[in-house]
Amino acid sequence: MTLFLEKRANYSRLFSALSPFLALGLTLVFGTIMFTVLGQNPAEALYIYFVLPLTDAYLIEQIVLKATPLILIAIGLSVCFRSGNWNIGAEGQYLIGGMIGSLIPVYFNDFQSPIVLPLMMVMGMLGGAMYAAVPAILKSRFGTNEILTSLMLVYVAQQFVDWLVRTPWRDPQGMGFPGTKRFNESAVLPDLLTNGEAHWGTVFAVVAAIGTWFMLSKTMKGFEVTVLGECPRAGRFAGFDAKKMTIFAFLFSGALAGLAGIAEVSGSVEKLDDNLSLGYGFTAIIVAFLGRLNPLGILAAGLILALSYIGGEEAQIVLQISNRATNVFQGLLLFFVLATDTLIHYRIRLEFGSSVKGAS
Amino acid sequence: MTNSTKNTGSELLTVTGITKIFGTLKANDNVDLDVNTGEIHALLGENGAGKSTLVKMLFGSLQPTSGSIQWRGSTVTIGSPSAARILGIGMVFQHFSLFDALTVSENIALSLGESVDMNDLAQKTRSVSQEYGLPLDPGALVGDLSVGERQRIEIVRCLLQDPALIILDEPTSVLTPQEADKLFETLERLRDEGRSILYISHRLEEVKRLCSRATILRHGKVVGACDPRKETAASLASKMVGADIDIVHRDNAGNTGEVLLALNSLSMPAATPFAMALKNISLDLRAGEVVGIAGVAGNGQSELFDAISGEATQNNPDDVVINGQSAGLLDISERRNLGAAFIPEERLGHGAVPDFTLSENLLLARHQSDKDRFLKLGKIALINRAAVKILARKIVEDMDVRKSGEDPDASALSGGNLQKFIVGRELDRNPDVMVVNQPTWGVDAGAAARIRQALIDLATSGSAVMVISQDLDEIFEISDRIAVISDGGLSAPAPAKEMTRENIGMLMGATHQATSDGSASAAGNEEARP
Repeated sequence: MTLFLEKRANYSRLFSALSPFLALGLTLVFGTIMFTVLGQNPAEALYIYFVLPLTDAYLIEQIVLKATPLILIAIGLSVCFRSGNWNIGAEGQYLIGGMIGSLIPVYFNDFQSPIVLPLMMVMGMLGGAMYAAVPAILKSRFGTNEILTSLMLVYVAQQFVDWLVRTPWRDPQGMGFPGTKRFNESAVLPDLLTNGEAHWGTVFAVVAAIGTWFMLSKTMKGFEVTVLGECPRAGRFAGFDAKKMTIFAFLFSGALAGLAGIAEVSGSVEKLDDNLSLGYGFTAIIVAFLGRLNPLGILAAGLILALSYIGGEEAQIVLQISNRATNVFQGLLLFFVLATDTLIHYRIRLEFGSSVKGAS
Repeated sequence: MTNSTKNTGSELLTVTGITKIFGTLKANDNVDLDVNTGEIHALLGENGAGKSTLVKMLFGSLQPTSGSIQWRGSTVTIGSPSAARILGIGMVFQHFSLFDALTVSENIALSLGESVDMNDLAQKTRSVSQEYGLPLDPGALVGDLSVGERQRIEIVRCLLQDPALIILDEPTSVLTPQEADKLFETLERLRDEGRSILYISHRLEEVKRLCSRATILRHGKVVGACDPRKETAASLASKMVGADIDIVHRDNAGNTGEVLLALNSLSMPAATPFAMALKNISLDLRAGEVVGIAGVAGNGQSELFDAISGEATQNNPDDVVINGQSAGLLDISERRNLGAAFIPEERLGHGAVPDFTLSENLLLARHQSDKDRFLKLGKIALINRAAVKILARKIVEDMDVRKSGEDPDASALSGGNLQKFIVGRELDRNPDVMVVNQPTWGVDAGAAARIRQALIDLATSGSAVMVISQDLDEIFEISDRIAVISDGGLSAPAPAKEMTRENIGMLMGATHQATSDGSASAAGNEEARP
């Protein structure tokens, strides 16, 4: 028996629009089964997962806070992926962005000025972009595989930042804990609401989403990105340069990942420590595809994924279920989103035994 | 034919009501076909008529959705190519499946599927190849052989299994006229031995010469059967297409002006191991003329196209001169801005993005030449989609492109209609220089005639047109001058009236020999000039 995935000649636009809701419905059904098996009241569990976080101002802010770096990074990745450049190393670009952006507050801890924050943000973007330039140049000059090089550079960045905060940059008054001195006020990204948690990084994310959406769907640059990603040969015929595009896409996504990094450092933690690498750069790949590589879709996808994280944390606290169960639940959500999407565009065909049948 | 009539009459293969459905497409719709013992039977049809689907079912690589196949009077199921071989059906594919790094007899051994004695096999290969006038050295590496020789391997490999029916899919598309003649002699010999041949082609002259019966397919259905020897090429063509075809008119022959495209000793190294290097190509293309570049597939046609279009740029600015301006260092957009237009061989994936709409595909080729019309806000380059759509609609009307929907994806159009759009996209600019690679490949005859006429009209209006084509009929139909590309070198163009199929065939072969004994092909070209 062989299983084939056949592209449908026509797909239903209605079902395409409904697919996220179908996926959510299926997740709820299977979530109910899972929580029942775990001995929990499924209605309560699902309530804690999806509704409770939205009824509490503090939890809503937590969702926005969590979604911000995911969205920023995923928007950059959407340009990369659409142009056919597989940047898997956003986590490294995020770390290096956070690190380079911290140079001023680390070395000039007492320097206070309104230009400090803009400088930090720009340096963070430059840092991320420069780090992304390494796999981009390797690919366009030497034809190396960018998936491997960008991924390996993540580990380099992780070890390097870890060493920095443990050795040369460690705060002498920090009781031996790894981390720099706390930044002064002019190096801290202001909160969105007074005494809140969410910071201006969220504004950057929204601006980046709208700006990138405009670029991709309305301008020649976006056209070039899509042509080169869909069909490189036709791109060459159009006069587009695939090598320049590789550099552009990596610099663009590296800059946004770097901005996410420095916004997280300056806005949330207010110092550089050893907990910056939480895997946002990898989760953002999922966010980018959940949002169908559309910056506005990514805005929604980032918030939904953040909701499932925060809901999962609440479920662990309230229901005392293990974080494995919350991981399974997230996996269900992702699986159904991708499965409904795939089945709308493809059909499954089974073929039973079709080898040699001689003459009869 | 007289000496084989004693064998004909008994039915070898009968196909009844065979249907094959792919998704929503009926590739074969209730097809009937019968092949007698000892005949060469033609399967005629345009590209996409369902010929390949039908023979793949006969050879077991596809299974019919419904219908039955009878072999020597009994119903059979052909589950796989090896089942077909056991029955006695052999096939020579259009695209060869040979390993370059292995010898001739090793390649043959691979397809036999059982352990064989290599010495014995080499002996058999040699005797079969000599017997049928298909000279082959069993010890030669396939990578060193010409296309014609590779086809001989496929035929010999097929003959070693002593088949009763041999299916040949477009066998002459890769051969020079002389090589094709030799093939025909072999095929007639096989027929006289009582073997049957199912001959698939859209080249009507060779079908008239070889075949005693023909079955004609159109849109997956059998639309007729005839004796091709009693038909004319025109009557066969109209049966294939289902309509009379316009005859292309040309009346300005010889009325040429200044040089609009000049290639000056253009040489390019091969970009990949599978590409052809261009060797010292020189050509002047003048206003008002169509120059045809004939040649067998894979002799540097696409490399020449890429070099002129600027998809591959040169190191020396004077290698390519467009409209009097040195263009060797310029990219394709800059060459377009000098007044040149380009139509590549592959429609989907090179000339057009399959999943893009027609208007987006218009923007693909014209975003620089029509910057003022299509783009706004300077550096931001906002796309004026309304303007692009208006022009796309005009091109659709001018070229009579048949489509469904207002602005469908390129992949939703038939080959002929998409090609009309792509040609129209360039014609609409009134380019001074037009370079086309295989303008009517896989295009239905009606669209092909329209495209050829449009190219001739463009030349008449004072532009210079270069047509690279593997179709000699097309070359003769539209060219004022003809040059032959072979092994990456180009012969000196000669007036079409002075060229014959024979001397074009000589030129196609002459440079092959020039390079195989190590001399430069450009020199070979000089010697080969008539």
